[in-house]
Amino acid sequence: MGKLVAVYIGLIALLAVAMFCALTIGPVSMTFAELWDAFTGQGTLASETILMDIRAPRMLLGIMVGGSLAISGACMQGLLRNPLADPGLIGITAGASLAVVFVIVLGATWIPLLPNALQAAVIPVAAFLGGMAVTFLVLGTARIGGQFSVARLILVGVAITAISGSMIGVLILMSNDQQLRELTFWTMGSLARSNWNTVTISCVIMVLSSLLLLRYRRELDIMQLGERAAFHAGVDVPRIKFQICALVAIAVGAGVSAAGPIGFVGLVAPHMTRLFIRASHLVVLPVSALVGANILLFADLFVRNAIPPSEIPIGIATSLLGGPFFLWLLLRNRRL
Amino acid sequence: MIEGTSIHLALGGKPILRGVSVHLHPGELVAVCGPNGAGKSTLLGALAGEHASCADAVRYDGRTVKSLTAQELSQRRVVLEQTPTLSAEFTLMELVELGVPIGIAPDHMAALTAPVLSTLGLGALADRYVSELSGGQRHKAHLARVLTQLHGNRQLGHDCHLFLDEPTASLDIGQQAKVLMATQDLARDGVGIFVVLHDLNLAAAYADRVILMREGQVMYSDAPAAVLTEARLSEAYDTPIMVEVASSGQTIIQPRL
Repeated sequence: MGKLVAVYIGLIALLAVAMFCALTIGPVSMTFAELWDAFTGQGTLASETILMDIRAPRMLLGIMVGGSLAISGACMQGLLRNPLADPGLIGITAGASLAVVFVIVLGATWIPLLPNALQAAVIPVAAFLGGMAVTFLVLGTARIGGQFSVARLILVGVAITAISGSMIGVLILMSNDQQLRELTFWTMGSLARSNWNTVTISCVIMVLSSLLLLRYRRELDIMQLGERAAFHAGVDVPRIKFQICALVAIAVGAGVSAAGPIGFVGLVAPHMTRLFIRASHLVVLPVSALVGANILLFADLFVRNAIPPSEIPIGIATSLLGGPFFLWLLLRNRRL
Repeated sequence: MIEGTSIHLALGGKPILRGVSVHLHPGELVAVCGPNGAGKSTLLGALAGEHASCADAVRYDGRTVKSLTAQELSQRRVVLEQTPTLSAEFTLMELVELGVPIGIAPDHMAALTAPVLSTLGLGALADRYVSELSGGQRHKAHLARVLTQLHGNRQLGHDCHLFLDEPTASLDIGQQAKVLMATQDLARDGVGIFVVLHDLNLAAAYADRVILMREGQVMYSDAPAAVLTEARLSEAYDTPIMVEVASSGQTIIQPRL
């Protein structure tokens, strides 16, 4: 228990540091006093604009995307009893991205005809539907004799990611200059487009879906016994699978709709959590969320400040971190 | 009471159960025996409600399995699989607590798990990680989880049956006796128990009734002394089998050399 409290305190303290850095470090640096003045409405117009309109929504989006991707990854790993089941790795993120790119390129003619309120909803809905479609495609094809095969799950994910990548390539060829700029964002991920409108909508969805996912902690623990034993213990396995997959698709879709595809956080955060603590999902889910939020905020700090004034897409940074981690995981665990 | 009436089940196109009819009364310890591939574990799974295709053929107190939810079924029977698995790094106590049914207050959990751990001699291992236990200890840890579910259900007022698939397979002879004696005590306490056993000596010693299966059918279902005879066992196993009764009254069954 003492170790767990220490882990929570450590991660919350680290997140506070990351938040402070996210708000103060950038092309225009701010001191704590300037930050406080801007926050209380006593700063300059420029500092208030930088803080409240640019950095604060970006920071909030980073926390939410990192947290919800981490919870989604932990839930998928628990549900499938498969340590490699990351929403990105099994193709959910690619499916969501493809749907968004599809809508941007082919929807250019009909989206402007929709009412304004609906126009704003098209991309998030497309991201969700794309993620959902891939989720059920993967779950349907990776099942052999009632059990999920690890190899098939990953291979189906690889195939879907490859197919999505090639289709996105075709759509890029069909796009005009303006769409092309937009597509860079949707294919590599970034927090740079954060504004209160998109952040509010996507964060509400991510918070709600993440909170709902937390409610499945007992079922996820029981699922560690295998699907048969979980059924014996009273878990309605097909229903639970559907509900968790739908919530993961919603959370990932909301994240993709606001920040584009950001890979590996859902894989890395739960594993880093389990390096510190071996415990039930009651602990693993919230701690993974804290780890994921920290990863994304620090990754965003890195991409914003590595080669100013340019900004590296954050998806590249998380892949740089996650790719080697994934390889290490494979080499460490010979059963995978 | 559990009733299976003319259960037919095919898996992968191959018929496994061919018109099996069985019943289990509260307080009865029934051993299911038979050669490999006879359909014993499949029958246990069918009675536990695992197979939708025969969910109409199995009834719990008159209600078909089809009409019961997974939650309702889990209140009426608990199941220990032949090879239980665990994918997460849980302590023995965390594993056992997975068996606590919904409805038991958190402050009553310790009172529920402590007697089970004590009966199975696992009390001292409660804080150890399951992955660090021996094969036999792991199997007993899963048995403790299942018994916790059973006792929890009974505390909540549900008549609950116990299904065990080869519960003694990975245990030494002393542990086998302890586990089956604990099982027998539960039967005396009114729990209906369905146990798949390969060891015919254990079936003879502990069961109230033996079901002898072969090729997906029930050959005999009667008291152990009536079923476990040389002629019937030799017929079921296609091997000459010797049955002797020792001076202590214990039945000893072994292949005739």
